[in-house]
Amino acid sequence: MRLLTHNMLSSNIKGLTSGFPLGIEVEKTEEKEVEMNADFLRNMFAKVEWKALVEAAKTLGYTELPDNVEPSMLDSDEFLRRFHHALLELHLEEGALVCPETGRKFPVNKGIPNMLLHEDEILLQ
Amino acid sequence: MKLKQLESLLGSLQQFDRPKIELEQYPTGPHIASRLLYTAENSFGDLSDKVVADFGCGCGTLGLAAGLLGAEHVTGFDIDQESIEIATSNADELDLDIDFVQCDIRNLTLSDRHIDTVVMNPPFGTRKKGADMEFLSVALKVASRAVYSLHKTSTRDHIRRTALREYNASSAEVLCELRFDVPQLYKFHKKKEVDVAVDLWRFIPTSNQGRHL
Repeated sequence: MRLLTHNMLSSNIKGLTSGFPLGIEVEKTEEKEVEMNADFLRNMFAKVEWKALVEAAKTLGYTELPDNVEPSMLDSDEFLRRFHHALLELHLEEGALVCPETGRKFPVNKGIPNMLLHEDEILLQ
Repeated sequence: MKLKQLESLLGSLQQFDRPKIELEQYPTGPHIASRLLYTAENSFGDLSDKVVADFGCGCGTLGLAAGLLGAEHVTGFDIDQESIEIATSNADELDLDIDFVQCDIRNLTLSDRHIDTVVMNPPFGTRKKGADMEFLSVALKVASRAVYSLHKTSTRDHIRRTALREYNASSAEVLCELRFDVPQLYKFHKKKEVDVAVDLWRFIPTSNQGRHL
């Protein structure tokens, strides 16, 4: 599971103030190289929750992302490469995603998070 | 990639071992899948360099097609672990890097900023009434550019009305009508094969631009 996917997901347990971002417990990670697409990255920059990405990358062992960013950094090839690496090349293979409010763990196996809720966690419509 | 090549690759994918009727698991045939996604890319540019989500991905056919047509990132969502396992294997076969999330789309909290295009072949609602509408509702909440979906032709007016009035769609267009081959998968199927008329839809969500950053 890439950090781009992690950046989209929130805990969906009922009654939360905010289920984002999900914490990460790491048991196994992988790095898979993919070709960098600068235009794509520039596009994503405005959409990504930066703080959550930095934290998640750190948890996976990658500390090269700056804590504070501004759009002018998109002119830097070095920055783009780091952004690319964190967003698309780091994979959580085994571990868990953790609800930030309840601590409830969503297991991750073979890169696949299981976000299925138990009966008592679902908000009845 | 040429349409024929895409169709051929999709046709080589593994499908459901033991399809679960209550989830309405039917494979999306390579003929329909290739045409729908080929149009999405060639007519509208909705796939290449984009973030694509496949809702109810099953064995991954649509999400994988998006990957083959140049999507920068694809995430497939499905409730069934066995399907996701098959989808993972299919992705490996095609040397595509696809993320999968196991979840119930109806109570998933998903960002409305990241996903450009949703592609899906949702349940038609023959087992769980309204399932097709639930999928469409969520898709239109999270997509920025477009939603591609398959629905029974018999529901066309209802879908258009609901999408435009209640689900935030600024446009709802039937790209074409096709016959969906439903092979004899389940015991209650009497005939060897049956054609169901389906519409290939393209919806445009009302712009979310300007609400964030």
